[in-house]
Amino acid sequence: MNDLNTYLLVAAILFSFGVFGVMTRRNGIAVLMGVELILNAANINFVAFSRFGGMNFDGHIFALLVIVLAAAEAAVALAIIINIYNNMNTINIDEASSMKE
Amino acid sequence: MTNLQSLSYYYPELILSGVILGAIIYDLLIDKSKSGNVGWFLIAGLMAVAGAICLQDDTVTTLFTNSIVLDPFASFFKLLVVLATILVSVVSLQSGELSEYRKGEYFTLLGIIVFGLFLMVSTVDLIMVYLSIEIVSIMSFVLAGYLKQNTRSNEAGLKYVVYGAFSSGIMLFGLSYIYGLTGSTNYFEIQHAIANLDTSANTALIMATIMMLVGFGYKVSAVPFHFWTPDVYEGAPTTITAFLSIAPKAGAFAMMIRFFNQVLADGGAMGGLDTSSIAILPWANILSLLAVITMTLGNVVALQQNNIKRMLAYSSIAHAGYMLLAMPVMSGDSIYAIMIYLVMYLFMNLGAFFVVIAVKNKTGGETFDDYKGLGWEMPMIGVAMTIFMVSLTGLPPTAGFIGKFYIFASLIKGGGQFYWLVLIGGINSVVSLYYYLRVVKVMFLEGERSETILQPPTIMAVMILATAIPTVILGIYWTPVADWVQNSLTFFIQTL
Repeated sequence: MNDLNTYLLVAAILFSFGVFGVMTRRNGIAVLMGVELILNAANINFVAFSRFGGMNFDGHIFALLVIVLAAAEAAVALAIIINIYNNMNTINIDEASSMKE
Repeated sequence: MTNLQSLSYYYPELILSGVILGAIIYDLLIDKSKSGNVGWFLIAGLMAVAGAICLQDDTVTTLFTNSIVLDPFASFFKLLVVLATILVSVVSLQSGELSEYRKGEYFTLLGIIVFGLFLMVSTVDLIMVYLSIEIVSIMSFVLAGYLKQNTRSNEAGLKYVVYGAFSSGIMLFGLSYIYGLTGSTNYFEIQHAIANLDTSANTALIMATIMMLVGFGYKVSAVPFHFWTPDVYEGAPTTITAFLSIAPKAGAFAMMIRFFNQVLADGGAMGGLDTSSIAILPWANILSLLAVITMTLGNVVALQQNNIKRMLAYSSIAHAGYMLLAMPVMSGDSIYAIMIYLVMYLFMNLGAFFVVIAVKNKTGGETFDDYKGLGWEMPMIGVAMTIFMVSLTGLPPTAGFIGKFYIFASLIKGGGQFYWLVLIGGINSVVSLYYYLRVVKVMFLEGERSETILQPPTIMAVMILATAIPTVILGIYWTPVADWVQNSLTFFIQTL
């Protein structure tokens, strides 16, 4: 398991799951979970490149920063979703759609 | 430069941080009815920041161990952002939509976005790229959903957060591949590494660049990453729509120009250096295609809109397309053209949104029906809106014409392979004439001809004039802007 490719493969699979989740899910929370998968896939890439690619520590720093920003983003997103739930009684992205194309 | 030394060059941002913290504390001390004062506090603070930026106009250096740079190019965009924020803040104080809400947080968040944009325009590091995009995005999510009781504003917040988080996630994944391929997060080192990269890595590099384009495209609302734009622009408070249509776009263009010029070209587009490394990637074609789709879709869909705010949202997509047109050339002329276009676009687009706000304060509506006969009832607003619409179309003698002229001129100078872009851009301008002039037609030729003449409130009238007058004057005498842009065309370049 000391092979860079294994980690890249895991990250790519996670990324695909994340994109699939965002595209297919209608529930606001589930979409956010998809986004988290994408961010974590990128984190795995960063750390794996940093550890096995013989590179500097920038990757680790980047991963730590992404964790912090993901938390901030999730906090704001959840607040918005709770507000939507209070006003519309749904967190379904399709139903919360009053503006037409 | 080390972190401690950098601080002495970082005073505009330090003043801004002080203003933001001051605004938070000030908001705690006053009660709701006076919370508009925080806005005046922010405006005064931003003026001080603008003064500080002017003081360091010609310094060229990197700060904080090569994370960000300080150069005239960054200062130009910082001033542009500050100007847009000041204009929007003054109008926010008059906006009827916001009057029921406490405004302290609103202005604090605007200040934080400005800070994020300052980082965005000066970043030369992938970590800072992601950080600045997220600072701006997260604050924009909150502001788009600021009208808590209004379901359309809620919806705007939700759509923005979903699309924003998704696009920046994809961009981050692209960044991770660029880091893996080049072993660095610094633009200069990445450029060096890409030049020495084996050709077998090209596929991965193109994929990573396209993933990065998703993030940039989302910020400038380029098609096909534009899905959030119409809904967010329509649902968000109009003041925020006006802000989002100019400030983050300017920031994103600055970041994009720096990235493409520094990482994928040789950073020397300004000095007329050899740009051979561009040839490795077909990104000029990718960008041309993106620009054409963005322009065309923006204009064609805008034709069918009945809501003026939504029409302006599609129009802002089309304008992002015009600016993107100049990106594939990536010469000194094209960057110059984009910068001039942004200045012109700031006045005409903010002005159009200010008119929408003034009309909404009066009639409560923002569809074409609400504009019937408005030109006779409120002549000042009618005339100003006509100027903005003519300018957005790009007809002389208005600022919009000058902007478009420079864009097309840079394309023609760029060589034969860009001529088709000029043609499509020209056709698009003609298409846009229809929906812009429809506003004018509705205002003057439809509805009842009113006997009484109404004036907008003084501050609103002043703000509309403050955008309408430059829109006309810059169409006739634009030398000061041209000089300013010319002097700002200096990048920090480091060769390894």
